[in-house]
Amino acid sequence: MNFSEGFKLSGLLCKFSPDGKRLASCVQYRLIVRDVNTLQILQLYTCLDQIQYVEWSSDSLFILCAMYKRGIVQVWSLEQPDWHCKIDEGSAGLVASCWSPDGRHILNTTEFHLRITVWSLCTKSVSYIKYPKACQQGIAFTKDGHYMALAERRDCKDFISLFVCSDWQLLRHFDTETQDLAGIEWAPNGCVLAVWDTCLEYKILLYSLDGRLLSTYRAYEWSLGIKSIAWSPSSQFLAIGSYDEKVRILNHVTWKKITEFEHPPIIANPKIIVYKEVEKSATVETQKLSFPPTRELASSLFSIPSKYDISQVPMSLQYIKPVADRANPRIGIGTLAFSPDNCFLATKNDNTPNAIWIWDIQKLKLFVVLEQLCTVNSFQWDPRQPRLAICTGNSKVYLWSPAGCVSVQVPMEGDFQVLSLCWHSGGDTMALLSKDNFCLCYLEREEVK
Amino acid sequence: MGDWKTITVPAPSSVLDSKNTSQYTSEKKMSPSSLNMQQVLRLPLPSSKSTHSFFSAFCTEENVEQSISYLNRELTTLGFPSLYAESKGKELNLISILNCMNELLVLQRKNLRAQEDVEMQHLKLGSDMDHLQNCYAKLKEQLEASKREIVGLQERDRQLQCKNRNLHQLLKNEKDEVQKLQNIIASRATQYNHDMKRKEREYNKLKERLHQLVMNKKDKKIAMEVLNYVGRVDGKRGGWRTDKTEARNEEEMYKALLRDYEQCQKQLLVENAELRKVLQQMKKEIISLLPPQKQKPRERSEDGIGPVLSDLEDDVGELNKENMWELSCETVREQLTNSIRNQWRMLKNHVEKLDNQVSRVHSGALTDKDVISREDHELETEKLELEIQHCKEMIKTQQQLLQQQLMSPCDDDTTVLLQDCYLLEERERLQEEWKLFREQKKNFEKERRSFTEAAIRLGLERQAFEEDRGTWLKQQFLSMTCDSKYLENVKTQSATSGSSDQDNHLMNTRSQQKKPRSLSSVPTSAELCQTIQHTPYSSPCAISNKTTEESKPNQWEEIYREETE
Repeated sequence: MNFSEGFKLSGLLCKFSPDGKRLASCVQYRLIVRDVNTLQILQLYTCLDQIQYVEWSSDSLFILCAMYKRGIVQVWSLEQPDWHCKIDEGSAGLVASCWSPDGRHILNTTEFHLRITVWSLCTKSVSYIKYPKACQQGIAFTKDGHYMALAERRDCKDFISLFVCSDWQLLRHFDTETQDLAGIEWAPNGCVLAVWDTCLEYKILLYSLDGRLLSTYRAYEWSLGIKSIAWSPSSQFLAIGSYDEKVRILNHVTWKKITEFEHPPIIANPKIIVYKEVEKSATVETQKLSFPPTRELASSLFSIPSKYDISQVPMSLQYIKPVADRANPRIGIGTLAFSPDNCFLATKNDNTPNAIWIWDIQKLKLFVVLEQLCTVNSFQWDPRQPRLAICTGNSKVYLWSPAGCVSVQVPMEGDFQVLSLCWHSGGDTMALLSKDNFCLCYLEREEVK
Repeated sequence: MGDWKTITVPAPSSVLDSKNTSQYTSEKKMSPSSLNMQQVLRLPLPSSKSTHSFFSAFCTEENVEQSISYLNRELTTLGFPSLYAESKGKELNLISILNCMNELLVLQRKNLRAQEDVEMQHLKLGSDMDHLQNCYAKLKEQLEASKREIVGLQERDRQLQCKNRNLHQLLKNEKDEVQKLQNIIASRATQYNHDMKRKEREYNKLKERLHQLVMNKKDKKIAMEVLNYVGRVDGKRGGWRTDKTEARNEEEMYKALLRDYEQCQKQLLVENAELRKVLQQMKKEIISLLPPQKQKPRERSEDGIGPVLSDLEDDVGELNKENMWELSCETVREQLTNSIRNQWRMLKNHVEKLDNQVSRVHSGALTDKDVISREDHELETEKLELEIQHCKEMIKTQQQLLQQQLMSPCDDDTTVLLQDCYLLEERERLQEEWKLFREQKKNFEKERRSFTEAAIRLGLERQAFEEDRGTWLKQQFLSMTCDSKYLENVKTQSATSGSSDQDNHLMNTRSQQKKPRSLSSVPTSAELCQTIQHTPYSSPCAISNKTTEESKPNQWEEIYREETE
């Protein structure tokens, strides 16, 4: 495992290009494009204001930088550094901005979710979409990029509009039986759209591509409902994480629940492997101290190395009792992710925020539990193999694979707290982001032992 | 008067004391006059015997006739014939008397028997009475107890009823509360929805207003500046949106959906075919497992299987044929599943029967064997466990020994080297060679020292020799100054002396120095000088011991200069 040196970053805005050759990072109002292998700066662009959002176009030729305060989106070209494009929303304001799948249209959501403006880079046309829904996930594109689903709300009712991305034709428009739609997500095969309701009501609706309602699923009434969902990469399963600390898996044939995964704070089954992160006793050899201290030594002095120990089952996890009378309580399954080979599901129960649960989907059983010393910030699967990278806000990055797990200290100067990470599409490189810096981590094949 | 003797009445053999007599007389129930008479009669008879006293009390010699008449009167009143013969006169009818006596005896016996019976009955009745009294007492007690119990149970029953009522009440209350809460929730939900809708309408109005404002200002600020428009991804030009394109889009969408469904269906068909194959295999195996009807006529209870089996076999044949064409109609599926279920049930029954048989057999004569075999098994497992423990201990000890061996050289170099075990042997070899080398070095050092000492001695001797030579030459010179052959002598002397000196020197050197390098004079002296000069550096101990030798090099130098000159 090799680490590159650290580079400046702001706003956790660091993205790999879809073709995997470039890396874009933002420092305040500057956009820096580097080559992934050599990390040399290829391009440097200056925007008009502090950049709040960066996105590559699907063909990796353009980058958009959104500045919400000024209401401006600037688009840069990699082939022609002189080319520039500025979209000013003016008094309409800007709340969100994204590319269309063909990489030639930009969808801007104006303030108060008043409308979505579709700007075209090819033609002079502008389209407006009225009444978009102000929710967590209101726009969803299919994986092949042909269709877009948009959640709308008119007259106190929720609607879904399906557009054809090639010419923005409205294909279908239908209402949904939801109280207050919270999110929509396409299945990876592009034929089923999952629509789920607000957390006050547990309801998930499945619509086919042509707008027919395929199925409705309600697990229970009254208590807080769905918190997060995830489709399996083969579209076979839909995992629904809810506030009652359970994950329910629906199958794509009957759309009925096939199993329920519970997340109790005490793990009693002896067949489950529990990896617990423990601090290694810091052994600083006094003979090797030198002045001025080397970078590795400095970081090792300030951060205690850790390793994984296999805990004896039964063991109990750190459980946090939620504050009862607040909205959006930190309970329930907040994050779900399937591994790319469809074999594992990683979940995080916000009641036990230090633990990550990994379920074996082939056997529909709990496989491994990883308990960290700090709260898990984020985790992401390697896009090529079943390898999970976890960061918990300290200066270490953790990797798990079915062969084992490892805790790696990031050898950076000063205080490098890994707040987020993202994988390269090829699966051998990972970008670790902290508040002010980022570094790349190069993994060798069959790294984790 | 006849033979009148005192006859002992056949009364109970007990001695007639006053008690008995009173009892007897009371039971007799004679007329009070007779009683009185008897009592009166008894009293004045103190001297006669006890047995006779009673009997002689009634009749004495004086009152015979009176007693006879009395007796006759009594007897006639009792219904006996008269004692007198012909009712008048005083002649006694002996026969009638005897008859009367017999009758009286018989009567007496009867009475006695009757008395006995009555006494027996009396006793019986008494005991019955006792028994009944006891029973009565017991029953009374039981009755009391059961009454008390009843009261207790009634009390308990009452309490439980109370409790039950309370619980029902509570349940009802809870249910009411739940209903109330649900109603509350429902009402609140509707209220909330209503409020939300109201707020949303308001919000929508605001949005409309805002939208209008924004649209008005559209031409002022909202714009896109672009250097030049970019080409489309596919390189083609954009087309107008027409009905055709719309239709095409719809078609595309349906195609995508259909593709997905077809894929799904293919997968399901494949799965279905596999499962069907598995079922067929299972069916065949089940049939093979079940006992064939012909070989075991004993199992009559499973008679039903026979015809069913044959039916099933027929079915199997049919189904196989059908499956070859992969029909999936409902009835075929149902038949298949039903047949498999039936067969499975039969197999299960068969297995259960076998289990029963086995258990019966086990509980019979084979228990001992089982027990023994189990014991053997346990013994064997114990032995194996012991062996395992031994082996583990051995492994531990060996590990410890190994660790000790590894731990003994604890400096870094050896640990680093030891990690790579191939270098270990080389290291040892190197160490041995080092030892040899060091020894050799020491030896060389010793030899060098000895050589230097020898050289120093040689130097000293040489010096002494030179001095002697000098004095000898002087003497010679002095002795040969008057002589004419002085010069020749001197020359010859000098030559001879030189040669002799050389010879002497050579001899001296040879005698003193054994090494071949010391044969030639100049080089040897030079070497000696060098060695002597070196000795202060190489062997400081030599210098400290032989301080006088430090002056020698200077002397040597002087001597050399003299010689060279």
